[in-house]
Amino acid sequence: MIAALKNSAHRAWLVLMVATGITWYLGEVGAAGTGAIVAMLVIAFVKGRLVILDFMELREAPMMWRVLLEGWLILVSSLILLAYWISLK
Amino acid sequence: MQSMTSAALPATKPVDKHLPGDLAIWFFILAELLAFAVFFSAYAFARASHVEEFNLYQQTLDRNLGALNTLLLITGSWFIVRAVQAAHRDDIKAVPINILLGWLCGGGFLVVKVIEYSAKFGAGISLSTNTFYMFYISLTFFHFMHVILGMVILTVLWFQARNGAYGGHNAHGLESGAAYWHMVDLLWIVLFPLVYVMR
Repeated sequence: MIAALKNSAHRAWLVLMVATGITWYLGEVGAAGTGAIVAMLVIAFVKGRLVILDFMELREAPMMWRVLLEGWLILVSSLILLAYWISLK
Repeated sequence: MQSMTSAALPATKPVDKHLPGDLAIWFFILAELLAFAVFFSAYAFARASHVEEFNLYQQTLDRNLGALNTLLLITGSWFIVRAVQAAHRDDIKAVPINILLGWLCGGGFLVVKVIEYSAKFGAGISLSTNTFYMFYISLTFFHFMHVILGMVILTVLWFQARNGAYGGHNAHGLESGAAYWHMVDLLWIVLFPLVYVMR
């Protein structure tokens, strides 16, 4: 088991499964508002980054492609955050 | 062979900045991601002017099925990573097995989604019911089509892998298909909290 966790893809899978459970749980308890929105966006960002770096294997890729994909994640999260912030006003 | 003097230095892998798969697939992925960025933002901003409607009808979605589908896509992606890793270590027999397991996870996603859709359509919900359902159906269905395309790609990869096409000598095509499959996963990771949970 410990040996399996040396593989970054296996580690990423484990974190992704647990993080999905947390988002589901936040839905179950009816979490809403600024704190909940920020928490869910942070979780989605961490998950997306693991997919980009450990599944798509862009950790070792030329910097441009890492910046483009991680930049997409930042862009999408920021736009969603902005729209939710507007809705809370 | 490393000299003895370098043994004292921290072990660093040789710097090999390489993009997995074909350059063209990455431009295609980028175009797809940008299209979805527009849809995700359109959803979020439409919600800002229909907050009560979105919060009300979001409650009718099946979060359990949405979460289950997230687990299926993540696990499906993981099997494809295992297929690529198997190819790199020349374990040619493990490649098609892992592709098949990844494909089955995709199939599971489609089955769950059809169950979810039939409950919604059975309740008389359609694109024209209201703004929330219009976004829910179009966003998830557009993603659904991408899962199907991903599975078509995996089917081709599986046939190739069974003929021993992918190994240490060549994993290029496999890496390209894998990158597309991971994109489908990445999109759902944003879509699920956005449409099913965030309020």
